[in-house]
Formats: sequence, structure tokens, C-alpha cells
Amino acid sequence: MAKMKMHLLVCGGTGCHASQSEVILSNLKEIVREKGLDNEVQVIMTGCFGFCEKGPIVKVMPDNTFYTEVKPGDAREIVEEHVIKGRKVTRLLYTDPENKKHVSDSKHMGFYKKQLRIALRNCGFIDPENIDEYIARDGYEALGKVLEAKDPQQTIDIIKKSGLRGRGGGGFPTGLKWEITSKSQADQKYVVCNADEGDPGAFMDRSILEGDPHSVIEAMAIAGYAIGATKGLVYIRAEYPLAIERLKIAINQSREYGLLGTDIMGSGFDFDIELRYGAGAFVCGEETALIHSMEGNRGEPTFKPPFPSVSGYLGKPTNVNNVETFANIPVIINKGAEWFAAIGSEKSKGTKVFALAGKINNVGLIEVPMGITLREIIYEIGGGIKDGKKFKAVQTGGPSGGCLTDRHLDTPIDYDNLIAAGSMMGSGGMIVMDEDDCMVSIAKYYLDFTVEESCGKCTPCRIGNKRLYEILEKITQGKGTLEDLDKLKNLSNVIKDASLCGLGQTSPNPVLSTLDNFWDEYIEHVTVKKCRSNQCKALMQYIIDAEQCVGCTACARNCPVNAITGERKLAHLINQDICIKCGACMEKCKFNAISIK
Amino acid sequence: MTKVKSLADLKLMRAEMEAKLSLREKSNNSEKMVQIKVAMATCGIASGAKDVMDFLIDELDKRNIEAVVSQTGCMGYCYAEPTIEVTLPNQDPVVFGYVNLKKADEIIEKYIKNNELVDGVIPMNYETIEKK
Repeated sequence: MAKMKMHLLVCGGTGCHASQSEVILSNLKEIVREKGLDNEVQVIMTGCFGFCEKGPIVKVMPDNTFYTEVKPGDAREIVEEHVIKGRKVTRLLYTDPENKKHVSDSKHMGFYKKQLRIALRNCGFIDPENIDEYIARDGYEALGKVLEAKDPQQTIDIIKKSGLRGRGGGGFPTGLKWEITSKSQADQKYVVCNADEGDPGAFMDRSILEGDPHSVIEAMAIAGYAIGATKGLVYIRAEYPLAIERLKIAINQSREYGLLGTDIMGSGFDFDIELRYGAGAFVCGEETALIHSMEGNRGEPTFKPPFPSVSGYLGKPTNVNNVETFANIPVIINKGAEWFAAIGSEKSKGTKVFALAGKINNVGLIEVPMGITLREIIYEIGGGIKDGKKFKAVQTGGPSGGCLTDRHLDTPIDYDNLIAAGSMMGSGGMIVMDEDDCMVSIAKYYLDFTVEESCGKCTPCRIGNKRLYEILEKITQGKGTLEDLDKLKNLSNVIKDASLCGLGQTSPNPVLSTLDNFWDEYIEHVTVKKCRSNQCKALMQYIIDAEQCVGCTACARNCPVNAITGERKLAHLINQDICIKCGACMEKCKFNAISIK
Repeated sequence: MTKVKSLADLKLMRAEMEAKLSLREKSNNSEKMVQIKVAMATCGIASGAKDVMDFLIDELDKRNIEAVVSQTGCMGYCYAEPTIEVTLPNQDPVVFGYVNLKKADEIIEKYIKNNELVDGVIPMNYETIEKK
């Protein structure tokens, strides 16, 4: 059936495109045709390989040869040597930066080791609505092993030894949490899965539940056995209907197979899972608020201690872990604590899933070992910044996090380094910003979110954040003063120190982090009333260049507020007091006479 | 439905399922069987993955191509939804992005019938736990 014997894949990503990959494509096509091979060898342009640093890329299939930094002039050699004579063009092969050897089979390239899928191992691989496919991929074997070993403490020790830390953001050691809950004495304990994913831009938990719900169910049962709980609850937002549906199907299938219910695998251990729906309040991702919401009370946090591991759901010891944390558990049990602990950095083990969003070419879900640098994520996985613009910052940790700038590009990413850099891991949203983004506006955006989501229980968070927002609003309106910047800083620190729960304690982070990293921009906003990214409308001025203007009157006719005056065939003028900065004039001008100042 | 009564039971079952899955993946009658996975997470469905899946099932049937079309979760290539993965007999899987009905038709006609690639190939760039 197959007619084509060989494929030459030329990268068509933005980066490679900029370095003439199109010419390479047409040269290859031309030479293949010239040699009369166009019935057997196909030349095609592909999406971005993500490896833009070494572009343009040409990959030869089926032998997986990976050529880097190819120039249009290399096309002939690739066809004549590789395609016809079967000899690889050594000088174009990727060179391993560590041992300086040429790598001919791309499957052995370090580049592919940038991403490792542990939590996402089955996402995009198995049918999430078919338990058989999960079982075929070692599913429920970890639960079987744990139940057969009949030693809950041993399971806890494995998780402790693996170094797994909570993937919901805080980074608390998971094994330790399990141990504390296991030591609490009670007639009933609970395992809770926190699927209340609320950070703007983060969707890894949803993807795991939609793509591999059984991994979470299995891990919850394992946690149940380890801590002595027979009931599991998944707190999931009602805005995730597909995740809920797939989770329900998965729970029913597990019950049918006897993998949930009574006497699981003949061990005498009973465990079952129920769902609880959240209404989408951000604060309910905080574990005490989450528990209150599950109990049917208002989703408000309470002071810790007592920690949920001592007194949680209905006053019983409760172990709350995040979806991604759970998804790691079966692999750790199956492959061993040492295997897992060998991945990642010194204090942060394993991998982290990030949702790459914003001004980046390959927007998507990635899973990388801890300790990877921001540079690797942006330029070797993310395909670089959109439209070749300049990188400015990355926002991590959502409304509780902060910004990382070009100073942090080579900092290894893990829990502790991110906190040291004034941000946090959070649940893994990573929003990339370029030179067109105004950092004061970004801080304002996150504060807007926090003000909306604050539960209102404690004063610093309820009132303090509102005031922070107002000061930021004032600055973006061009009415800010230098004293306002001091006020921002002081108020931020008060909110941080005096708030009750994690939401308030971290809500000033976007402000503090932008003040820290982009002080110049704040100063510009308040002193010379300038926004260098032209995002703050109040600080912008549309100006007509009298020399370019031919007096065609197009701008004046299209101005909705009649702010433009001028005689026909003479230079026009914009009255700044009337102008509403809609930009209609600039759009209509055919002579590029209008610019933003 | 038979229940899983022990770990040994589960292992037996896994062997059986694995055989089934590899039948789907590697295919014993490898001359014919084509495997297609459609990424059907919320984002994929929102971009039209459901229509693409229905189209593939109907059209492959109409055009007498023996194939297994199944749904799966998010592949992570959000910028290129809907995405599908096509595995031709004895070949490495290939992921296609931006698959609308027209593209799906092109994939059947060109790639599945003639092993001719079409635009929109997304190179795979991660490691799996099996290899690690």
C-alpha cells in the first residue's frame, strides 16, 4: 500500500522560517524531482520541532536522521549523499554538547530528554473511557502491589523516599502528609483529591482527569490504604463537565472490576470514591476552604492548626492532595522511589507539568524534569517568542506568583529557586510576556482577579487588595506619584503578613515582584507619565507628523469625537484633551503620518 | 463482569489487555490495520475533534480501509487543535495538527492510502517512562 519510501521533513516553525527553511524546502523538492525520485521521496514542511536554537531543522524518515542548522545550499548534498547513496551527511548531524559526538538517530538526542512524561504518561495515549487500556499500561498494578505487601508504612516510606512534593503549588512533601494523617487516630479518615484548578491559564489537572482518570483513582486508593481511609472524595469544579463525566465512567468501571468497593483484590481493604462539585471559587483550592465547601458550608478558610490531617472533613483526619500529585503515585510505586528521586533537582524531585501560554509559539501542555531552565522551556520546547519579539517576563504561580525576567532565564526551575526569585511554582501556569506587555497593567490584572476572588473573611485581604488595585489603577491612569509606589510596597507587606490564608498571604506577590523587577517602568509611569509598551491608554498620545500629513482629512472624518482639526491639503492636529485614544485615525491614515508617543 | 480478585489476577488480565492493545497498535494483520487516535479533551472537542472523529469513522468505513479509531486525552499541542495521531502498519506514529474535515479527508487520501505526508505534521518531542 505504501508508495512513498522516504520523507524529508523540513521545519516550518517561525524560527526556522526566518532562516530560510522555505528555500531549503523548495531546493530539496527541486533536486528530488531532478533525480526522478518524486514518486518515492516526499519533501514536506512540518510544524515546529521546538528546537529553534539549532534551526533550520531537516529530519529524514524513516531512519530518524536529524540535521541541524541546514542551509539552502546543503539540499543537494542531503539528496545526493543521504537519499541516493544512503550515507548520512555527518557535518550537518546534531552534535551532543556533552560528548561532542554526532547523533544520527534523533531518538538518542538530548533534546528529546527535555520533556519526560510521568504524570501525563497516558494522556493522549489511551482511551480514557476504557479501563482495559489503562490496565494494559500497568494500570492498578501499583495498587495490587501495595495491597499484597500488606504494609501501609512501607508505602508511605516509598513516597517519602521518592521526594515527591505537592504539585498544587505549596510543595509540601507528600509522604510526610500521608504519615501525619496515618498517625491520626479516628474511626473514619478521608482521602481528598483537590481538582479545584483555579489559576488563570492552568489546565493540567483538567487534562489529566480527561485523559487518564484511572491514574488518579488508583492513587487515591493507594493513599487510602496507606493512611487507613476507606473513603475518597474528589472536589472538582463544575466548570469541568467532561472531566466529571470521564471520572464518573472511570469510577463505575473500577467498581465493576472490583478495583473499588469492598475487599479489593481479595485483600480485605474497602475503598470507594464520591464526587463533590465546586462552584468555581478560587479560594476553595485552599484546603480548609475546600473542606468547608464539601461540608456544605461557605467556602472560607480557617486558621491552621488544626491541619486537615488531624481534623478535616466532618472533623475527621483528611489527606488532601492535588490531581497531578496523585497521577505520579502509581509510577513511583511501580518503578521505585530511587527511580523517581533520580529525576529532577536536589530538593525537587520528578517532573512538573506546565501550561505554556501567552506570547509563545508552541502554546501547550508540557512536562519537564525539575531543574530545567526557563531558557530551555521557552526556546527549546516552546519554540520562542511569537513574531520574533523580545522576551520580557514569565508569570508563574498565577495570582499568587510573580514574574521571572531575563535575569532568571538560566535559573534551574524548582520549588525553592522560584520562591527565592520572588515567585512560586503554583499549579503550573506559565504565561509568557513580550516587550508589548506593560508590567503595571499585568500586576493590575492579577489584583483585579484577587479582589474578585477574595472570600472577604479577613480585613487585610478584603480591603487591602482593593486599595492595592486602586493605586495601580491610578498609576495606569497617569495620576500616580512617587509616594504611591511606597504605599504599594508597604501595603503589600502588610497584606502578606496579616492575611489568614494562602490567598491573601500571596496576593501581593504580582505587585512586589513587578516592583522588584520592573522598578524603572513604575517610575516612568509616575514621573514622566509614560508607558513604554503603549498599553496604558491614558498615558498614550496619538501625534500627527506635520511633514508626513498630506491633509487628506481621512483621520478627521473617522474620528468619533471630532478631536482632529485642519484644513484640506494642510497638516492636521489632534486635540489631546478631546482624544479618547481609540486609534481609529491611525488605522485610516494611508501615509503613516500618525504615531503613538 | 469478572472481578479482579488478586494481583496475579490483574497481571493475567494485563497480559491479555496488552495483547489486545498491541493488536491495536502493532497489529497482527499488519498489512491492513491503521490506528488513529483523536485527542478529545475539552480543548480538542471545542476545536471540532468530535466531528473529525465521526468523519474518520464514517469515511474509513465507506472507503473500505480497515482502521481502528479511538479517542484519547490531551496530547499537549494546544496551539494546533484538533490533533490526531495516525499509526500506519509497521511505522512510527505521526501526529497531525489543525485537522479539520478537509484535512482529515486529505490524511485518508494521501497519508493512509499512499504514505504521502500532508502539511501539519507535529514532531514528537518528549520521552516516555518506558524508555527512561
